[in-house]
Amino acid sequence: MTPQAPPTIVPGHPQTPALQAARLVLSRDLRLAFRRPGELVQPLIFFAIVATLFPLAITPEKSQLVVVAPGVVWVAALLASLLALEFLYRDDAHDGSLEQFALSGQSLTGLLLAKSIGHWLLTGAPLAVMGPLTAWAFGAPASALPGVFVSVLIGSIALSLLGSIGAALTLGVRRSGVLLSVLNLPFTVPVLIFGARATQQAIQGIDFIPAVQLLGAMAILGITLAPLAAAAAVRISLE
Amino acid sequence: MAWTWFHKLGSPPYVYKLAATLTPWFAWIAAILIAYGLIGGLVISPADYQQGEGYRILYVHAPTAWMSTQVYVVMAVASAVALIWRIKVAHAVAAACGSMGATFTACALATGSLWGGPMWGTYWEWDPRIIFELVLLVQFLGYLGLRAAVDDTQRADRICAVLAVVGVVNVPIIHYSVEWWNSLHQTASVMKLDSKPTMPLSMLLPLLSMFFGYMFLFGALLFTRLRAELLSRERSASWIRDVVHA
Repeated sequence: MTPQAPPTIVPGHPQTPALQAARLVLSRDLRLAFRRPGELVQPLIFFAIVATLFPLAITPEKSQLVVVAPGVVWVAALLASLLALEFLYRDDAHDGSLEQFALSGQSLTGLLLAKSIGHWLLTGAPLAVMGPLTAWAFGAPASALPGVFVSVLIGSIALSLLGSIGAALTLGVRRSGVLLSVLNLPFTVPVLIFGARATQQAIQGIDFIPAVQLLGAMAILGITLAPLAAAAAVRISLE
Repeated sequence: MAWTWFHKLGSPPYVYKLAATLTPWFAWIAAILIAYGLIGGLVISPADYQQGEGYRILYVHAPTAWMSTQVYVVMAVASAVALIWRIKVAHAVAAACGSMGATFTACALATGSLWGGPMWGTYWEWDPRIIFELVLLVQFLGYLGLRAAVDDTQRADRICAVLAVVGVVNVPIIHYSVEWWNSLHQTASVMKLDSKPTMPLSMLLPLLSMFFGYMFLFGALLFTRLRAELLSRERSASWIRDVVHA
């Protein structure tokens, strides 16, 4: 990998504190991603393309677009996050880093959680900026935009974490794109439902906090359980 | 020892013979229960005062819908047992469940659609229980797809076992999220299964008989498929020769 790869995450240094190891993995992922800014903006461009298609396909009338805006925001966010998930473990599996993580003596669960957090920072969090922008372009009032931002921000955590399970399961599969989306659909359905609900309520000016709280529950479930399942799947795939 | 019977279940030849012995019992019980359920449901019980004769598809639809989640739970429990105690017979059970679960779920969707046609006036309604079955079908198809995509049987077993265990956690989440989604949408829903206790005994008994009949049918099919799985997985083991030539 890179010459300045974290020296402590090697089989000989299992005594590195778990938090520090996770932080090193996170900073390594961020550094690698920022070296290829072209790949970094791909999910955003994809999001923008999907969102642009709807006014062209349905109608330019903002009064009608504002009705479908929550759905468009969430379907676009879901597709963009799915597109990025394929690359979550792929490069690390190819160059052997993932194997080193598994052998390092560190908790693989912790390291994968760090990778998922990195993935969310790079692909999920930017979508939270695109969400309100799209909603505004679709005719949502400015007062609704903070609500849209919060719902996409929290919902994308759940999408990234829950999606990591599918990405880990399909690690050893060639041409995994369609399979990954089939495996991920059941996990994304609840996020989509509550996310679109929160966004819709924000646009209508109703109290959207309960739906966001449910999204938060999904995100916490993802943070606590998804890395465990992903680590189990990665270990099996590496055998 | 008291636990011998449990340890024996980890042995493929023992399970193969046990499955062969149990299959006809399960098949006959299933045949009797389903025959009673069909005669009782289609001939003896009265027509529904609201839905007329059309409601009778209930006797096929409700058991398949019920079995679809049951089979997923059986598959997930077998997968968990296989992952925790590393029992290969349990992996074979889970593998045998996959396509059967998908079939039950597809049948539940198809019969539900046929029921919805005359009753709701539409063959497809975005109703929470329909969406739930649809997502469950996708879960089964993902399971089968993943199994087909991994070449090595042992690795496919273990990776699919992880998927099944993770998926079973997700099943109640999907169930309640689509329920809430609907309660916010409030679409017209004509039928509620909550009204089941008000069903007269002449309808309830055949329905229960169908439920248990389907369970035994699933058992008989599972044992048959399990034997096929074991034969194919253990094809290089010496006990196969004794079984085939016996």
